[in-house]
Amino acid sequence: MTTVVPGKGPGQGPGQGPGQGPDASGAADRAAVRVTDRAADRPAGGLAERGTDGEPGPETYESAFDAAVAADERIEPRDWMPDAYRATLVRQIAQHAHSEIIGMMPEANWLSRAPSLRRKAILMAKVQDEAGHGLYLYGAAETLGTGRDELLDKLHSGRQKYSSIFNYPTLTWADVGAIGWLVDGAAITNQVPLCRCSYGPYARAMVRICKEESFHQRQGYELLLVLSRGTDAQHAMAQDAIDRWWWPSLMMFGPPDDESAHSAQSMAWKIKRHSNDELRQRFVDICVPQAEALGLTLPDPDLRWNEEAGHWDFGAIDWGEFKAVLKGNGPCNEQRISQRRRAHEDGAWVRDAAAAHARKRQEAASR
Amino acid sequence: MTSTVADRPELALADDALILSHRLGQWAGHAPVLEEEVALANIALDLLGQARALYSELGDEDELAYLREERAFRNCQLVEQPNGDFAVTLVRQLFFSSWQELLYGQLTSMPLAVKAVKEVVYHRDHAEQWTLRLGDGTDESHRRAQHAVDTLWRYTGELFQPLPGLDVCWDAMRSGWEKRVTGILDRATLTVPDGPQHGGWAAGAGRQGLHTEPFGPMLAEMQHLHRSHPGAAW
Ligand SMILES: [Fe+2]
Ligand SMILES: [Fe+2]
Repeated sequence: MTTVVPGKGPGQGPGQGPGQGPDASGAADRAAVRVTDRAADRPAGGLAERGTDGEPGPETYESAFDAAVAADERIEPRDWMPDAYRATLVRQIAQHAHSEIIGMMPEANWLSRAPSLRRKAILMAKVQDEAGHGLYLYGAAETLGTGRDELLDKLHSGRQKYSSIFNYPTLTWADVGAIGWLVDGAAITNQVPLCRCSYGPYARAMVRICKEESFHQRQGYELLLVLSRGTDAQHAMAQDAIDRWWWPSLMMFGPPDDESAHSAQSMAWKIKRHSNDELRQRFVDICVPQAEALGLTLPDPDLRWNEEAGHWDFGAIDWGEFKAVLKGNGPCNEQRISQRRRAHEDGAWVRDAAAAHARKRQEAASR
Repeated sequence: MTSTVADRPELALADDALILSHRLGQWAGHAPVLEEEVALANIALDLLGQARALYSELGDEDELAYLREERAFRNCQLVEQPNGDFAVTLVRQLFFSSWQELLYGQLTSMPLAVKAVKEVVYHRDHAEQWTLRLGDGTDESHRRAQHAVDTLWRYTGELFQPLPGLDVCWDAMRSGWEKRVTGILDRATLTVPDGPQHGGWAAGAGRQGLHTEPFGPMLAEMQHLHRSHPGAAW
């Protein structure tokens, strides 16, 4: 559990904006893990021996798990699951949750400068949605027995990662549109298959998140369309943003299939449904006609329709850049993580106060 | 812009909502806990929605928000105060939302007020809960909350300067606000300041376009992109 879950989130209040706190199903997922003694559900050390007394042995659990995955049934928090499956999920969900909250930063950079009140409202709602996505996802990780505090600690100490795309800066207003169209667009391409992920709470979180991401994607596209059809300066601003965000967006799908470390096992477990390269190709095929409709040029001279394959061929990705940014040498790695750490450290007294206050009230109630 | 728009009380209410929304938006990515990222953004969105509804009654919302100079803004000085720490932000919200709740409650002939009062009740409740947590939390949070109350108190008198054109009983506003706010501060083990409820200028300065220094840079940041592309659509 996290140290503090203050009061009722605004999502339950009137005047709801989009993307509020976790929904009832998320809360139920978390409640489930609280009432469940996980150890009791798992074939811990001594269970193999007990198996001979008529108790189900670990191979029974394992084959039940395998059968459920094979039958496309959902694995739920109380179900037995292999440790490696649990660990893979926690790692992936945590990285996803971290990406949501770090991803707020490059966009929040333009919140104070949004050029119209309508755009200001749309951007504010989007940034709020991303915080909400972080909440759902940390909640999903919690159903696997790993609390938000632990995960945030790993983020802050660099032991867990977030999507490298957010290590690029937002230099102009058009970058807000480029992030919506390309970055949220790539995220959707990655995440729609996750709505069918074998782990129930993650799959359900993804259904909600994908709905909101597709709003973001459309809003980003529309922002760029207005710029592209606007003044010469606005059009140039939009083109410049696409020039800078296109290649990093393609890198969001991860390394090429022959270099992807975790893919095969994740596919077998149905945590992952398509390979990195398949998803990347799908994304390119979606974007090319959209860029044309926007009146903007994708910065790839090798982009060509391949009649035979039925796909757009694209140029070579600079994996050297990808690796450098992943290693911490992107334009904003240091800035993002230190802002995160600072927010967390500066907020410690607030979380302590909430915990102390809750304790006092509990003591007063039990007296 | 005609002088009649500048004199309309709705303009002052819209400016209050816009400026406080903008300030709250500055928390994005900096909040002490993820739930508060969502909560502060939600309140900011509500206030921005109120501002837009009020501006559009008066004219073009973007012209009003982006093309007026500092001296033409009629928001009270309370809402323009910098965020400070979380205690300053939440006490500022407590003072403002308690006032807005009473005001909108009285403005039964203004459709926006009738609609927005439900939102404002939530904003006040959220600020009230945090005031209680911070005031009656740890020694540090108590000290910070008291500092916030003491610092912001001088901006509260302005809230009760009558806005001509609004059918409101301002004396009842003041006594209702004081009763409610002092009750919350008491429960939070905080001391109600005995200092004046206005600063160097007489209360009401913000309503006349006299603002505190941090307001100018805030406005410059907010308006610069819009002003850099005259006539462009966004
Ligand atoms: Fe998101
Ligand atoms: Fe998004």
